[in-house]
Amino acid sequence: MKPFAILANGQALPLAAIPVLEFAKFRRAVIQGVSEDLRLACLCADRSLAGYAVLADEAAHEFRVLRTTFPPVFPSLTPECSQAHLFERELAEQWGLVPEGHPWFKPLRFHPPWSGKDAWQRDAIEPGVMDFYRVEGEAIHEVAVGPVHAGVIEPGHFRFQCHGEQVFHLEIALGYQHRGIERALEGGPYKLTVKMMETAAGDTTIGHAWASALALEALSGTRVPARADWIRAIALELERVANHTGDLGALSGDVGFLPTASYCGRLRGDWLNLTAQLCGSRLGRDLVKPGGTRFDLEPARIADLLLRMEEMARDTANAVELLFATPSVLARFEGIGKLDPHMAKEVGLVGPAARACGRLGDVRIDFPYGPYSDSELPSTVEETGDIAARARVRWAEIQASVAFLRGALDALAELPAGPVSAVCGALAPEHLALGVVEGWRGEVVHLAITNADGRLCRYKVVDPSFHNWTGLAIAMRGEEISDFPLCNKSFNLSYCGFDL
Amino acid sequence: MYKIFLSRLRQGHRTNHYPGETPSLPERLRGLPILDAGHCLEGCRACAEDCPTEAIELSPIPRIDLGQCLFCTACTEACPTGAIRFSQEHRLAARTRADLLLESGRAFKLAEALEVKARSLFGRSLKLRVVSAGGCNGCEVDVNVLSTIGWDLGRFGIQIVASPRHADAVLICGPITKNMELATRKTLDATPDPKLVIAVGACAISGGPFLCQEEQLGGCGGAGIPVDLYIPGCPPHPLTILDGLLRLLGKSGG
Repeated sequence: MKPFAILANGQALPLAAIPVLEFAKFRRAVIQGVSEDLRLACLCADRSLAGYAVLADEAAHEFRVLRTTFPPVFPSLTPECSQAHLFERELAEQWGLVPEGHPWFKPLRFHPPWSGKDAWQRDAIEPGVMDFYRVEGEAIHEVAVGPVHAGVIEPGHFRFQCHGEQVFHLEIALGYQHRGIERALEGGPYKLTVKMMETAAGDTTIGHAWASALALEALSGTRVPARADWIRAIALELERVANHTGDLGALSGDVGFLPTASYCGRLRGDWLNLTAQLCGSRLGRDLVKPGGTRFDLEPARIADLLLRMEEMARDTANAVELLFATPSVLARFEGIGKLDPHMAKEVGLVGPAARACGRLGDVRIDFPYGPYSDSELPSTVEETGDIAARARVRWAEIQASVAFLRGALDALAELPAGPVSAVCGALAPEHLALGVVEGWRGEVVHLAITNADGRLCRYKVVDPSFHNWTGLAIAMRGEEISDFPLCNKSFNLSYCGFDL
Repeated sequence: MYKIFLSRLRQGHRTNHYPGETPSLPERLRGLPILDAGHCLEGCRACAEDCPTEAIELSPIPRIDLGQCLFCTACTEACPTGAIRFSQEHRLAARTRADLLLESGRAFKLAEALEVKARSLFGRSLKLRVVSAGGCNGCEVDVNVLSTIGWDLGRFGIQIVASPRHADAVLICGPITKNMELATRKTLDATPDPKLVIAVGACAISGGPFLCQEEQLGGCGGAGIPVDLYIPGCPPHPLTILDGLLRLLGKSGG
């Protein structure tokens, strides 16, 4: 018998169908899987310390789910599988589990444990207070930034170990945005559940709401009407285009190239306004709900969207092509903030940041959901792993999304009129379900597990930023500290999505 | 250079003319709710029961706390008679917490301008220090957009600054998580008096979607931070935020 269960995206399994492994076997199977080029998409425990690991098998288009019971102290997976690094720190903070031999054993979000004491036996927990890595030496200096930053940006604390201008090491302490989303979902779903999913990372409202809907629909056996699936995909791609356009503008602004910065700033707002045409909210609030969507798109609205979109697509192309045709911009983008494919794999990087260093992988292609099963999306891989590559991947994705949107709006127009939502009923007891969506930053994972009463006993959210912050820290090694804002912008990660 | 010039011609002038002209708003925008208690059925509690943030109180007719309202569709979907619906009215800012309580048959009291002395200090130049204190980055998105050329906040003498020492007002987004409490209070302390506090979004006013969480304080209200301007929404539309700021400075058209 295989030591794991196979699960497709948007599918539920009875817990009884997932073999429970002794911890040593579980540990071995996870490490083995990752060494065979699988990716650790999720590792977590519930209140009873039942442990779950989800391995993404991109080649086979399926997920492997492994189950165990965590002993209070266990040999850390991280020395042999660095993708487990943050997950293990999370286990230590939430449940007081001790991964012995963890090479970087520090708190993660600075919150009280969900039960008992945390692994550091902390009583008073102060945000950002931990044992930061320090480089010693006569000419070494330390730069500390945040939690409050200079712009309109979320809070986080950054510690740079510098030698002159050169950054030897960057350590990032987050948790300032921690508002207890996962803990709040225990015993749910509740009236506020959909809202909490939409606000897990507010700029990824559709991504998180859809991933959550996939998991809850799987648990309740709900069939979503085809119209709703297309509307969700339209909203998801609009979210991607708006954010990528904004990022290209922000990158342009950070190197002092104001034309593209100005145009893309305006265009990002215009793309968000298209989402508001769907549901009244620029961020896509109240569009996706378990069972379908709250709003339909009538033929007149589809025609209007197509018209507006074409004009914006032309303006966006004009603004972005200008950026890539300007040598002084490229000189600032090329060769800066490099990550190689090996390192990207080591940290389990996802999304555009991973694709910029030659890593294939896109949930829409590898684990298709909704209308992506029948759609051909081009791969948007770049090889150089630098800021230029991250910018180019974004531009390629904008173009691919616009092409997809044309087809999707046409497809929706051709579907017969009908309901856009089905009733999402009671959740199956003692089941596990997975909802995974390719948000604009990458893989959004929602893992939902129910108890004997059909209530959620564990709900795990993995925002793409959870993996990718480590990528940013490593990309800064050897770079000049003055390039940090630019490098940071090229990843543009979510603080609240990480902090939850 | 030639390409930049051609691009400039193509992109054109894009700043909207607010408050002279109101930019077109999406048809489905959920602005100021309209309550018509005349349609309420006796004993009906549907809206209050379905509201995710318990922003609706029945006494016995509904009263909506816009400081807690997420402008979602739960109440309008629950109401069997259409006694609650959303208008497209984007003007929502208020000066006091009590003014955010919306009652049937009573006109919503929009924010009044600062008193003469404060207006003489801030009316022509208002520098904002934004503190993101534990929300979802949604309000930040819609505050940020005001600095783009589409809105050009600078034309009203309003500017976002990096240091609280340079600021006249602290604009708070987010429910103020416990982990951001110290940083928020330090930022407030570092801002010289006289200063204004502006709470943007349901989180900063009441805790928003996180109001039941013990990881946060319940916004400025829960943290005991006095607020000069409340801008409700989840997140508020940029026009709602701009209207609030202009209203405070006595620069609003209507």
